[in-house]
Amino acid sequence: MEIGMLPISASKRGKLLAAGYTTLNAISRTSTTILAREIEVSESEASEILKFATKTSALDRSSGSNTNIIDGGQTAWDMLNEERYSSLVTTSCVDLDNILGGGISCKEVTEIGGVPGIGKTQIGIQLAVNVQIPLDYGGLGGKAIYIDTEGSFMVERVLQIAEACIEDMSEYSHHFHKDNQAYVVKMHPNSILENIFYFRVCSYTEQIALVNYLDKFITEHKDVKIIIIDSVTFHFRQDFDDMALRTRLLGEMSLKFMKLARNFSLAVVMLNQVTTKHIEGSFQLTLALGDSWSHSCTNRIILYWNGDERHAYIDKSPSLKSASAPYSVTSRGIRNCNSTSNSKRIKMV
Amino acid sequence: MANKLINQMSLPKSIANIFTARNIITAKDALSLTEFELMELLDVGMAEVASAMAHISEVVCPPCQTALLLMEQRVRNESMAGHLPTRLKGLDEALCGGIPFGVLTELVGPPGIGKTQFCLKLSLLASLPANFGGLDGRVIYIDVESKFSSKRLIEIGTKSFPEIFHKKGMAQEMAGRILILRPTSLSEFAESLHRIKVSLLQQQVKLLIIDSMAALVLGEHDCGASKQQALGWHVSFIKSLAEFSRIPIVLTNQVRSQMGDESLMYSFQAQSRSTKEDVPVTFDSHLVAALGINWAHAVTIRLVLESKSGQRFIKLAKSPISPPLAFPFNITSSGIVLLDDNGIEMKGPDINNIHCQGLFLIFSVVKSAECILNKYKNYLER
Repeated sequence: MEIGMLPISASKRGKLLAAGYTTLNAISRTSTTILAREIEVSESEASEILKFATKTSALDRSSGSNTNIIDGGQTAWDMLNEERYSSLVTTSCVDLDNILGGGISCKEVTEIGGVPGIGKTQIGIQLAVNVQIPLDYGGLGGKAIYIDTEGSFMVERVLQIAEACIEDMSEYSHHFHKDNQAYVVKMHPNSILENIFYFRVCSYTEQIALVNYLDKFITEHKDVKIIIIDSVTFHFRQDFDDMALRTRLLGEMSLKFMKLARNFSLAVVMLNQVTTKHIEGSFQLTLALGDSWSHSCTNRIILYWNGDERHAYIDKSPSLKSASAPYSVTSRGIRNCNSTSNSKRIKMV
Repeated sequence: MANKLINQMSLPKSIANIFTARNIITAKDALSLTEFELMELLDVGMAEVASAMAHISEVVCPPCQTALLLMEQRVRNESMAGHLPTRLKGLDEALCGGIPFGVLTELVGPPGIGKTQFCLKLSLLASLPANFGGLDGRVIYIDVESKFSSKRLIEIGTKSFPEIFHKKGMAQEMAGRILILRPTSLSEFAESLHRIKVSLLQQQVKLLIIDSMAALVLGEHDCGASKQQALGWHVSFIKSLAEFSRIPIVLTNQVRSQMGDESLMYSFQAQSRSTKEDVPVTFDSHLVAALGINWAHAVTIRLVLESKSGQRFIKLAKSPISPPLAFPFNITSSGIVLLDDNGIEMKGPDINNIHCQGLFLIFSVVKSAECILNKYKNYLER
């Protein structure tokens, strides 16, 4: 390993190279005083460089002898065991949960896209409510972060969905534990609203800043189990001329989201808009932000109209097979398509 | 927030000076670079860069609110918890009280369907005194197509709120609160938007109407990508305007026709469809909203006004708070009147379709024929 890997400033790196230090081993064999004299820095700075170098070179050596104990690595078997216990956030639509293997999985980044009015924000709000279903009811009992870039977050709607969710839970407890009535009363729609942390982002700079800051925020609020970004696209789609910069910023952002998802084992849901693309002589719909972006999320779900029904299609996933399922948006939130939503209104022919 | 200066963020003096020396002045400059690039550029170690970036991010990042706090704030500070009632009972119920503050509401429909009528009514409602259920504020009406008619405004006023408009001087006061701007180009419009931004809070402006957005954008001569980009800029500006002043913004949009059944599909859908060969090729044109899909994403609420076999409908095509309902309506001397407050729930994507049948078809045919004639005349004159 060479000294380019050290997290030190460019000028110090230059000085090291000029003094003839090309490998980490060479640095770790010198002493602080010699190093300080040779590259003309203060002793404390030299000792810092030395500390970095010995740490990294020790890691280097151990990895040579035994490949199993690289820092930060994990065997596939461990991963499998961990995945078995990883938690899922239900979408409240049984068909959709079925094709997703139980719901939106934590530790993963999921992108959901679709045409305007198909129900992206609805799914976002539903997930923010559902993540708070207590453990007794098969939920996660977590909290949600809602990042709103479009200003389409409506508290009135959150209240509606939260009320419906509590109704469903009390119905559930009615069926299974007849004595559990006291628990239901404790859950109040306002407490659901209180556990949704809402950030309104007004520019892409703020969006990047927020992603950087989330690390600290979640350390302080440990029970956050889902992050919803509605939508990841908006600010990157308006008023952006430097496309290379855009791709780079988006790439960095998605890496940070993946890191958050892994470190805090929470679900990240990014809502995306659609755009038209000219393929083979005809215009087709596709999710926005371009081809390189489509590599950056683990799962991708596309919402579309299939005749008169809303459908969700798994476009990309490393573990789920591609499938589609109908869902519907009711006044109570996202529900199964054929569910008896007992709407009082007249159906149009 | 994005243009906040780095040397005013109370970073340690030493590192703040390095940022200034390398001409990284605002948070936007710093956040557009990766940590590695910053290390190279600033010539400092990883740890310093990381801590400086964490600090900058924390300062720039918007404040956190819980949804509960948000709701309580609205209920406390705003009339009707942040809604402008349209006085159309069914529509108000579906929209949880009316046109919401702080977001964009779009009216789409064929010419002559009643978009401007709706806008006139709304501007009256916003200017009404609070004890009559209005917002008691000023209205800015951006009239691009020169369709604003003060005569009609007063007529709607006297017919719907006789108790106010028959009071002496009230008609003058109400109409005096509505300010009409007539920009002729997109750049002029942008300029007036900037001026509006300053005066919004001082002047008690409670509603902004833009009639129509499509005319403004489509009127520009340069086409293609640059138009989309210009629109994009305006969209984010108008949205931020709505957000920061917490007023409802209502925009109207035109329709254009799309040939055949070239409705857009995803690639995976197209595959499944090509196996079914029974899809007949049609040459019918149908109407879609102008300004494209990017715009459609940007508006929070879309109301479609259409006419189907002679009957006019107003449809909630996109709204995060309401079910997809269609209400039949009529235009009377007092403005738009709903014929049925229950509404008809629409299934499927039909809610987005814009029909233009019956009486209006003739009207629009005449209008387009006129348009073609005019063009031809211009051509001959040249």
